[in-house]
Amino acid sequence: MTPGPAFLGYARADGKVGIRNHVLVVPTVICAAVVAERVAAAIAPVGAALPHLAGCGQIGPDLTVTHDTLAAYARHPNVGAVIVVALGCEQVVAQQIADAARQAGRPAHIVSIQAEGGTLRATARGIEIARELAASMDRIERSWCPASSLVLSVKCGGSDYTSGLASNPAVGRLADTLVDLGGAVVLGEIAEIMGAEHLLAARASTPAAGAQLLRVVSRVEAEAMALGVDIRGTQPSPGNIRGGLTTIEEKSLGATHKAGERARLEDVVGYAAPITKRGLTVMDTPGLDVESVTGMVGGGAQIVVFTTGLGTPTGNPIAPVIKVTGNARTAQTMADNIDVDVSGILTAGEPFDAAGRRLFGEVLEVASGRPTAAERLGHREFAIHRRNPTI
Amino acid sequence: VIAAIVVNSGDNVATALESIDAGQTVDAGAVRLTAVDAIPRGHKIALCDIAAGAAVVKYGSPIGTASSPIAAGTHVHTHNVASARGRGDLQAVRRSPDVNPQGM
Repeated sequence: MTPGPAFLGYARADGKVGIRNHVLVVPTVICAAVVAERVAAAIAPVGAALPHLAGCGQIGPDLTVTHDTLAAYARHPNVGAVIVVALGCEQVVAQQIADAARQAGRPAHIVSIQAEGGTLRATARGIEIARELAASMDRIERSWCPASSLVLSVKCGGSDYTSGLASNPAVGRLADTLVDLGGAVVLGEIAEIMGAEHLLAARASTPAAGAQLLRVVSRVEAEAMALGVDIRGTQPSPGNIRGGLTTIEEKSLGATHKAGERARLEDVVGYAAPITKRGLTVMDTPGLDVESVTGMVGGGAQIVVFTTGLGTPTGNPIAPVIKVTGNARTAQTMADNIDVDVSGILTAGEPFDAAGRRLFGEVLEVASGRPTAAERLGHREFAIHRRNPTI
Repeated sequence: VIAAIVVNSGDNVATALESIDAGQTVDAGAVRLTAVDAIPRGHKIALCDIAAGAAVVKYGSPIGTASSPIAAGTHVHTHNVASARGRGDLQAVRRSPDVNPQGM
């Protein structure tokens, strides 16, 4: 057992630490998604598919992002083995996805639908391989790993007034605690930093990191403005506005509390790009929840803490997503989706630090294997961010 | 008396923790005031008079500007606060040749 806070994780050959041990079934292209989902379902819940809409008809940056995101999942520490399901004529190269997994020390197999001779044969071959891999996953045991080996994604969705007043500051205490211990935290959703970027930039550990944050926020704002409409309506969303959030500035100021009060901003990285620094990293993701979480997990986050005032069910195929609400009504009305209720901050005077300590305990429990609500309910949403037209 | 939360001492709005009816007394930390109109749960109430064009401040930072004069005790939301960010609509108006046609 290591000194300090620890959890039972999977120490991987490449030095990373996983908290789940999935057999990942990756379709290279949308045309292979159904076969991939059937293969993964045959070994549920250890099997996890990554159904996606791309993999062909893409040029330039989008093709790179699709390929790199799939490769990032194939070498992710929460994945113990990989099956790549190819069609055979697509752009994303199955061999490269499999190689990414092998270079990280994981077994990887390729099943090609055209080479196997159709849906039925490819599915049968995939399930045969999947069952062997699932049996071998059972033989890999958990061991004590330090909390500092965690990369925590912080996220909010379905925000209301309680998000900025209760759940986000509580998650911020968790983020500061993890960074103090030597761990890493990643914050995405650039549009939801708009209006609060001055506070994050002031915490940058280097002038370059602060300047890069301001550049990325300006770029996203310019992209939104180029469409010639008011960002209000999507930022904040209609539900956000009903919930009391008036402007994107107000939403952002509440949202960035998730990233802690004192953790230094160390790095700003592209979508699904590797998170290499301890401390706080900002990732360039859109505000759409599933695209954002998909990117941050691709960057290496093993676990997601996701606050919601209105309540939202989404998860991820390979990373547990812990749902936290500061809204006492939502804790009751969407009880099956909520893991941690911190509404006592507003209704019973629970201090932020106490709520943060509860969240840290929850993170260690979930990292050690306890399923989250999203995992129990089978929420495995996955969506790769796209910026360019399909050609 | 209904409670409203003031996050930062520099704020000129507070957040209602329960729905407030017009005329009800609101306890917002150091300030006690009367609600001018109904304020839904989770929405904001002005702690002081805010002039049109002045910053609306929450979390100690500006969250937008008052688009009309806001009296103390008034509901503060999208009807009287404009965002300063992501306003592609204003940019489009500025760029449009039809906005200032000759002779007007």
